[in-house]
Amino acid sequence: MTAAAVAGETLLAVESLSLERGGRQLFDGLSFLVQPGHLIQVQGANGAGKTSLMRILAGLSRHGFEGSVKRTAELLYLGHHSAVKGLLSPRENLAWHPSGAEQYSDSAIEQALANVGLYGYEDVPSHALSAGQHRRVNLARLHLSSAAIWLLDEPFTAIDTEGVASLETVLQGHLERGGAVILSSHQVLNISYRVHLLSLQEGLL
Amino acid sequence: MSSPSVPAFCWRLLRRQLILAIRRPIEIGNPLLFFAMVVSLFPLGLGPAPTQLAQFAPGILWIVALLSNLLTSDAVFRGDFDDGSLEQLLLAPQPLYLSVLAYILAHWLVTGFLLALVSPVFALMVNLPAQAIPALVAALMLGTGVLSLVGGIGAALTVGLKRGGMLVSLLVLPLYMPVLIFGAAAVNAAAIGTPAGPYLAILGAMLSLAIALGPLAIAAGLRISVDA
Repeated sequence: MTAAAVAGETLLAVESLSLERGGRQLFDGLSFLVQPGHLIQVQGANGAGKTSLMRILAGLSRHGFEGSVKRTAELLYLGHHSAVKGLLSPRENLAWHPSGAEQYSDSAIEQALANVGLYGYEDVPSHALSAGQHRRVNLARLHLSSAAIWLLDEPFTAIDTEGVASLETVLQGHLERGGAVILSSHQVLNISYRVHLLSLQEGLL
Repeated sequence: MSSPSVPAFCWRLLRRQLILAIRRPIEIGNPLLFFAMVVSLFPLGLGPAPTQLAQFAPGILWIVALLSNLLTSDAVFRGDFDDGSLEQLLLAPQPLYLSVLAYILAHWLVTGFLLALVSPVFALMVNLPAQAIPALVAALMLGTGVLSLVGGIGAALTVGLKRGGMLVSLLVLPLYMPVLIFGAAAVNAAAIGTPAGPYLAILGAMLSLAIALGPLAIAAGLRISVDA
């Protein structure tokens, strides 16, 4: 494969990324490429800099680090906060989401909510939902999104085992359609797909 | 990949913000209630002599309008910052300038705009001459727009801080001063029977400047706050 072909396929190119926080070098000279069908799991202890890396990759952190991140495809970022408004129903939360994604039809939203196990909760005010259900409303965006790169920061937090299994199926489907997933999690993925482990110190393993 | 067009996205944000505000009516009511309470205190403090009240009326109404705007301005982005919506907004492909303008417009509609609409009632309470009421409403409409935009800058810069309330006031109060001066002057002019037009024109110019530059500063402030 020529270099140009590789570059054309690369969704996200990270080059010699270095970050220092509070006098600690979190990572140094981290480089990797994300290509269609890649599933990358970021590993590291608490405080190792996983979220910092995610925010840099998403483009939310724009200063204070060295190196470059080049992205050529649309991105879906799910962070620690679920971005779900308690005063809006799950349906409204998805339909009027501030991420600027496309306008979804009512049936698409209902289907997505049903897929994350929130059938019947479409029009309940979100403040009446549990923490796990809030996370599920957020995860419903995965069913709607057409973005190629999914950047998921601890997507399994507060999700029950059944939800984790269904999330793994969604990830697999996305990867098989040629998407890429970068996720940070302490959990071992139960997925019949090649998982690239990313160590913050040593890069892709 | 079909992201909605920019106007459609701004409309979506505007509607979202307005519905959020309407579902929390106390937040809309608070500034109006504050306005009503403080204005009704002035006749008690200054004495109920109608001529004396009429003399102070433009200043009173404008100062109270400014303070009630200050009360609400630090909350524009607070909720969205806390629940992560702001991060998502910053990642949106649409220009942040216009998204921010939609947020500020929603804020203005439920604060300044409503205040301007009900201000004639309070103007009568402090015996403002009837001929000055149109000028008061017009000046408040233009002036509170500037206040919302300038307040938004302070809110954007302090949204990441735990206790930003007082800091917002310190940051934006100096920028509120010209609005207060020309706003009160417009009402004063109308009250004594001279044209208020020039003052309103200056307020309009300030509003144009604030619309042009305010969202840039707000967008930059939000990026800094989310980055930190």
